[in-house]
Amino acid sequence: MTALQKNKQTTHEIELKGQLALLDLTGAMYLPAHDALLVADLHFEKGSSFARRGMMLPPYDTRETLLALSDAVFRFNPKTVIALGDSFHDIGGPERLGTEERTTLSEVQQGREWIWVTGNHDRILPDSIGGQVVEEMALGSLTLRHEPMAGEQAEIAGHLHPVGKVVMRGRSTRRRCFLTDGSRCVMPALGAYAGGLNACDAAFKPLFANGFTAHLIGTERIFAIAKSMLCRD
Amino acid sequence: MSRVSASLLPKTFRDWFKSRGWKPRAHQLDLLAKAREGRSVLLVAPTGAGKTLAGFLPSLVELAERGPSRGTAKDRRGLHTLYISPLKALATDVARNLEIPVAEMGLPIRVETRTGDTPSHKRARQIERPPDILLTTPEQLALLLAHAEAQEFFQHLRRVVLDELHSLVTSKRGDLLSLGLARLMTIAPQVTAVGLSATVREPDDLRRYLVPQRSTSPSRGEVAPEVREGVETQPSSALPPHPGALTRSDPPPPKSDVSDLGRQERISGTPEIRGEDKERLADLVVVQGGAKPDIRMLDLDERLPLAGHTASLSMPAIYDLIRTHKTTLVFVNTRLQAEYTFQELWKLNDDNLAIALHHGSLDVSQRRRVEEAMGAGKLKAVVCTATLDLGIDWGDVDLVVNVGAPKGASRIMQRIGRSNHRMDEPSEAYLVPANRFEILECRAALDAVHEAAQDTPDARVGALDVLCQHILGMACAGPFGLEDLYEEVRSAAPYAGLTWEDFEACVAFVATGGYALRAYERFAKIVKGNDGLWRVRDARVAQQYRLNVGTIVEATMIKVRLGKSMRSRPGTVLPRGRILGEIEEYFAETLTPGDTFVFAGEVVRFEGISEDEVLVTRAGSGTDPMVPSYAGGKFPLSTFLAARVRAILADPFEWDRLPQQMTEWLLQQRRRSIVPGARDLLVETFPRGNRFYMTCFPFEGRLAHQTLGMLLTRRLERAKLKPLGFVANDYGIAVYASGDIAGRAGRDPGFMDELFSEDMLGDDLEAWLAESSLMKRTFRQCAVIAGLIERRFPGEKKTGKQVTISTDLVYDVLRKHEPDHVLLRAARADAATGLLDVRRLGMMLERIRGRIIHKPLDRVSPLSVSVMLEIGRERVYSDNADEILAEAEAALLDEALA
Repeated sequence: MTALQKNKQTTHEIELKGQLALLDLTGAMYLPAHDALLVADLHFEKGSSFARRGMMLPPYDTRETLLALSDAVFRFNPKTVIALGDSFHDIGGPERLGTEERTTLSEVQQGREWIWVTGNHDRILPDSIGGQVVEEMALGSLTLRHEPMAGEQAEIAGHLHPVGKVVMRGRSTRRRCFLTDGSRCVMPALGAYAGGLNACDAAFKPLFANGFTAHLIGTERIFAIAKSMLCRD
Repeated sequence: MSRVSASLLPKTFRDWFKSRGWKPRAHQLDLLAKAREGRSVLLVAPTGAGKTLAGFLPSLVELAERGPSRGTAKDRRGLHTLYISPLKALATDVARNLEIPVAEMGLPIRVETRTGDTPSHKRARQIERPPDILLTTPEQLALLLAHAEAQEFFQHLRRVVLDELHSLVTSKRGDLLSLGLARLMTIAPQVTAVGLSATVREPDDLRRYLVPQRSTSPSRGEVAPEVREGVETQPSSALPPHPGALTRSDPPPPKSDVSDLGRQERISGTPEIRGEDKERLADLVVVQGGAKPDIRMLDLDERLPLAGHTASLSMPAIYDLIRTHKTTLVFVNTRLQAEYTFQELWKLNDDNLAIALHHGSLDVSQRRRVEEAMGAGKLKAVVCTATLDLGIDWGDVDLVVNVGAPKGASRIMQRIGRSNHRMDEPSEAYLVPANRFEILECRAALDAVHEAAQDTPDARVGALDVLCQHILGMACAGPFGLEDLYEEVRSAAPYAGLTWEDFEACVAFVATGGYALRAYERFAKIVKGNDGLWRVRDARVAQQYRLNVGTIVEATMIKVRLGKSMRSRPGTVLPRGRILGEIEEYFAETLTPGDTFVFAGEVVRFEGISEDEVLVTRAGSGTDPMVPSYAGGKFPLSTFLAARVRAILADPFEWDRLPQQMTEWLLQQRRRSIVPGARDLLVETFPRGNRFYMTCFPFEGRLAHQTLGMLLTRRLERAKLKPLGFVANDYGIAVYASGDIAGRAGRDPGFMDELFSEDMLGDDLEAWLAESSLMKRTFRQCAVIAGLIERRFPGEKKTGKQVTISTDLVYDVLRKHEPDHVLLRAARADAATGLLDVRRLGMMLERIRGRIIHKPLDRVSPLSVSVMLEIGRERVYSDNADEILAEAEAALLDEALA
């Protein structure tokens, strides 16, 4: 059974620059043409980063994020995994990683090409965490980078942590989402403690001159929501 | 008749009373005598009894006798009396009133206030040279106690006066204050406490609050005599056993897991009294109320609607009452009702009467203007919410009108007490029902007032998040030993039952978060030294504490600014107008541009959110507000009144006392369905359109009903009956489904019993709590109070750089990985009585076990109409994200196909 068939239930298909992309409930994206799984903004060790400053957030965020990551990786079993930056919340993050979490990470990396794109939170990554480190890269006609850049070039990026808010008859929900106009895609943050920036924020405007569709991650499936249906916070 | 002679008063004071044409009142002298004996005392008195003066008289006398301070640095006799009020405004008001006798008698007494508004140089000076009497709030007391110089500052303290104690003790602020009081008693064991309170159901709860519950000092807290005016002092041995002792069992440590949240019968703060320990109570002085209030229901000839809360039909009658009285207070339950009533009265206001509006969301300066005009006697009427419930002196109010449901008997009596501040004249008051159910509620409240029956809430079990905050504060004050602090904390009545395990968990939380995964040892905020004492790690942690102190986590408020439309560019609104006030952020979040709602006395149009302000424009005159107001009130119907309402319904002889329209309606209900007995739960089912409806009437208040609705829809979902939604009000709920509920109940006779069985408080509740937005809000409050995350200050701009974290994300992670963490336990304890009211739901489910009467009907009954009318007017509750998203997605498809 192919990854595609196996994940039919949980994924949501979109087209990006003419190629099929599968959006996953975890917030990951699978590109069948390249057998590559993309994730963005893992923010490992954000909890301990806050604890250093006296806010003792539950120290389980890395575990939780790894759970989602390994879930996606083992389901799609891709040749390549690309993390689109801010994989660690700060430069000290890799060092604070617990033993158990480090083991889990190695298991997930085992047997596949692993690429860390650097982000503003993790400009430097130690060799000890495995895989290769790049600033940006190309995958066919797509550029993969942390911070999206306005312009013609088709790209997949993270950095902005998009969330969409929907209000229907007085009930509202706010969920992480993929934003895309068919040429560019800004991916949701996968980190358990990664907050979100409302898709209506001005930061998204220059990236999507002709608007976008938001693919909001629900509990059971992903929903395609028109930009006009989204609300500000 | 007083047992204490006025000779206790020094001559200066007797002369002063005479010069004012007064005689010292018996309870004022009683309090003086108690002070001489060095006893703590609770004074229960109605408004207008001279309570505040009674509370201060002993201090004024002592200070007068002590003579003037030489004012030198050496002459540091320190603070003599500390006064705590729930309101900053009240503290200021009392300080002003206190200055009068001090000035007129020429007493050498320095009175000062310390609130959030006190400038820093004055604060510093107060520490350096303490006044004789300091008036402040619970939060400021916590800050003072966390100060390194607290020991020195408070060591000579003689007396603490706690004003409006009945209102303080019902919240987490009361928990915080109790811990502060415990620390004061450690610093200054000679301190006696004086509590001033309105009439309450269980004065013993307050008497316990005032004295240490496990003191090692033999001089205080022994069994206390009770004094009632005109009644002989009862010797302690003749005291009846504490009434609670019969009905209350000692609570298990507040370590309840969710499944028994709803089942705990009566959680109470009753301390565990072991062996030789006797009950520790402050003395009691009761001033019996003066004349019975002259209170009645406003009876219109017209028929009241079956639902709604605006009382629009009654406005002309209310206006007439205002016209024919000197000054009227019009109380309503919610801000939006206040807005509506104010607008309607002004539409009728041909005489141009000075009618003002006062509620908590108005701009502070606007509120102050109203308060000043009121004090100066310039207003004919004020339409107000609970913000005016507390005892600021308002001068000559001669009528109180309560619009809408009274919600609670004690509550309504305290409101009525606002009229006619001279206690020997009857207060005049009207209850104005807005719909037919409210007639029942008003009737029940009138009966309760007549019997002087009280329904103030039970004493609280101290919250663990508050304790966490206090522990950090105590570490800021100086090193502490674990056992000493534990004993001190347990001397506070709300924490008397605190277990060592819970205490340790709180200390561990403060230090490192207290997680099973010990990842943060090296970041610990408080650390244990070699001497075994705990200290705060550094000055930064102490600073964090100071910014976070307090238990009031307001729903984040957002300012509302009047915008100007640009003529040159239609559709563009500039934020150029004045600030109208603020609204809750979560309310703002549900608005979409173009929505109109009533605010600050006018109909405004929502234009959008710009930065951190809501931008609105004036809607054209005659525009009807589109966004429905929250009906009912923040306060759910009290259990006591609910029981009375059920009793009136159940007894046809009682119907005679109701207005005729109500009787007719009940007779119709009896013909078409049934009128349930006082302990029964009537469930009606009927088809309507292509849906199947189920209504039920537990009378347990809106919050418990919302929770019930959420859980019922889950169960109906599982029974494949496809529930579509539900609405709830204070009396009942209506659930609608596309599956035939009645049909299922007909085939399966046990279905209804099973649907309403108590086990819904097990797994169903647990599953719902996982995603409930109300639960997340509750958790957020606990997280802020306990100091897990920093408080966001109103007006603080959100910036990308700001260190913020969504507590919803923290909740999800913590719940999954450490479901028994102390913060989750604190949040669940809150949920039991707060926004989810699980405890009351539990009591209801137990009450109706085996008493469910299912009545399948072919159409809606008169009783059910009332709750059905909420559909469309009320929010449809749902925490199911996918449902909302599916609807939004469908809207996109519709658009594409159109």
